[in-house]
Amino acid sequence: MAALESFRRETRAWLEANCPALMRTPMPDDEVVWGGRNPVFKHPEQKVWLERMAARGWTAPGWSRAWGGGGLSPEECGVLAEEMAALGCRAPLYSFGLSMLGPVLLEYGTEAQRREHLPPIVRGKIRWCQGYSEPGAGSDLAGLQTRAVRDGETFVVNGHKIWTSYAHYADWIFALVRTDPRAKKHEGISFLLIDMASPGVRAQPIRLISGYSVFCETFFEDVRVPAGNLVGEPNRGWPIAKRLLEHERKSQGSFSDRHKARGEVPLPLLAKRHLGETAEGRIADPVLRDRIAAYAMRDHAFQLTRRRLAEEQAATGSPGPASALIKLVATELNQTRLELMLSSAGTAALGWEGEGFGADELRLTRDWLRSKANTIEGGTSEVQLNIIAKRVLGLPD
Amino acid sequence: MALTLDAEARLIRDQAVAFFEERSPVRALRALRDAGDPDGFSRALWREMAELGWAGFLVPEAHGGTEAGALGLGLVLEAAGRTLAPTPLLSTALIGASALVLGGNPAQGAAQLPAIAAGTRLAALALEEGTHHDPARTAATARRSGNGWRLDGTKSFVPDGGAADLIIAVVRTEDGLGLFLVPADAPGVTRERRRMVDGRNAAAIRFEGVTLAADARLEGGGPGLLDAVLDRARVGQAAEMLGAAGAAFDRTLQYLKDRRQFGVPIGSFQALKHRAARMFEAMELLRSTVLAALEAIDEGSPDLPRLASLAKAQAGEAFFLIGNEAIQMHGGIGMTDEHEIGFYLKRARVAQATFGDSAYHRDRYAALSGF
Repeated sequence: MAALESFRRETRAWLEANCPALMRTPMPDDEVVWGGRNPVFKHPEQKVWLERMAARGWTAPGWSRAWGGGGLSPEECGVLAEEMAALGCRAPLYSFGLSMLGPVLLEYGTEAQRREHLPPIVRGKIRWCQGYSEPGAGSDLAGLQTRAVRDGETFVVNGHKIWTSYAHYADWIFALVRTDPRAKKHEGISFLLIDMASPGVRAQPIRLISGYSVFCETFFEDVRVPAGNLVGEPNRGWPIAKRLLEHERKSQGSFSDRHKARGEVPLPLLAKRHLGETAEGRIADPVLRDRIAAYAMRDHAFQLTRRRLAEEQAATGSPGPASALIKLVATELNQTRLELMLSSAGTAALGWEGEGFGADELRLTRDWLRSKANTIEGGTSEVQLNIIAKRVLGLPD
Repeated sequence: MALTLDAEARLIRDQAVAFFEERSPVRALRALRDAGDPDGFSRALWREMAELGWAGFLVPEAHGGTEAGALGLGLVLEAAGRTLAPTPLLSTALIGASALVLGGNPAQGAAQLPAIAAGTRLAALALEEGTHHDPARTAATARRSGNGWRLDGTKSFVPDGGAADLIIAVVRTEDGLGLFLVPADAPGVTRERRRMVDGRNAAAIRFEGVTLAADARLEGGGPGLLDAVLDRARVGQAAEMLGAAGAAFDRTLQYLKDRRQFGVPIGSFQALKHRAARMFEAMELLRSTVLAALEAIDEGSPDLPRLASLAKAQAGEAFFLIGNEAIQMHGGIGMTDEHEIGFYLKRARVAQATFGDSAYHRDRYAALSGF
């Protein structure tokens, strides 16, 4: 305990000395740092903050120093997170490499793959995207048809992925490909790493109901990929794919609190602003007040549950099927919050663009629409319920 | 604060689960109900529980307790909830002991706590006057009378009130609500039994010119004493509901695996699978809130009021969902008195209404959160 307390003191002192003032302010969505070969920094402080954190390995605090990580224990990672939260420090880097691919390479990758890919993820030098869904393989992910055919020391990939988040900005993609079309559908899939700069790869953004374009269609036409980029055994990619989904669901557990990091107006305050308050300082509309309370309590119960499950999983190391519960509840909470934000703000949050609406109000409209994807992406809520029923409750097929 | 149980806590839980499964399965409640037992619980069983130290979990060692803490008592309550065991754990070991520990002076503590810890004195909190939990609308009064007090008023729903030796009465005084120790056999106290749908007993209690000595009032804890006692009661009630809802869920899940229609287990139907998963979700959220609230009691956390309302509201909603789904998923057999699942539905409704339903606690949580 004494060692942990001294780590806490040192960490706080280091953060105070090294986190630029601007990086201690709420982070608007368009100031998230994703890194990559062509990184976007709106402010020089973002670059400074990323480089300082990466130099200590604190963008991936729990990973081994051998891969550029921080080498911290789970307890030390917790202290770092608490101290960053206490000072209001922004996350220096968001990345699917950190949240999804990295943990999978640590578990299934070869020494060479870890050496090649993990350090650039830690430093934010390579931005990854996820090639899973296809037009014909959504909830039935294992029905995917993108082919990879072995040709000497390379695979030749042909196919069509969809809903690949930020593929138009990504440097590399981790993709599920069919390597044995004759095998049963779960047994002919491999997990392949593909450089997006390879000839024959094309990413095309999709315009969504929100007006945002966070998802792409990604096309592969005779793309040649070194055979060494296969993770795990050929045709044994499905368990790896599922493990990665567990990590993805766990990261989606933060959907319900990302709004806090970006400094969104708290829901009760928004309701008071538009609907007035009583002499006792309560939201004047009792029906909306009750709905907001129900939301706030579910969120509170969820935060406690996420913490409890994390404590229980600290021993096992992997998120496990409970990640389905986290994903399910977090995404619904995010949607509920945005529905209530809209109910609170009325027509002020129904503008599309132009005069008469504040930037925050316009963003609220778009975020509400964006959030509709939350219960679809990364496995629909119905798929999460299936996973809980089967793998947690043991109900029969 | 950790939300996972350490080895000592797991030991308490396992011992309690085994005890109630063996000594007080649901058929024991049925037998008490069918016999029209005047207490609504078994005094012999309560003596056994007291010998295990469970009556004195919150009582200081100096008064014969174990001071094992609220978490341990909550785990025993959860275990009792699993088999719907009717016991004075909540009214005496949690509420009675809390009122005296938080509000009693040394003389009051010395007079009451040893008997509570020994299980030889039963307590009941006389609070509700209407049909809904609403301490602010208390109308019963205590007025100065000579050197002491005079109590008047009517209480409508006092759980375990019929068997209690010591009534802790919540009444209005000239300086706000106060808690008074009233011997159940004091002149002017009349009690009427109320048989509740869950097979347990409550009492309607009338105070008519009840004369009490000057030292009958619990003076400690300041104006927040009632809230502090009630928050403990709410968390304890939620812990019992966690156990009961969990057992109802387990039984229903087993039924989904065993019951066959159309040649397959009905649990293979997605329409039921998804609803089972929603019950699991409700249980997981409930467990976290109850553990956090129990630990908040033991740590003296200032966030206890919000956590108590959170836990009681979540317990009400989870048990409502599971109690109703349990009947629906059991189908016709669930409608019979012979099957035990109906006892859980009945307990759900009474426990929901005790110490504030979910709507009450949503409103309170909102007020405590500044909206």
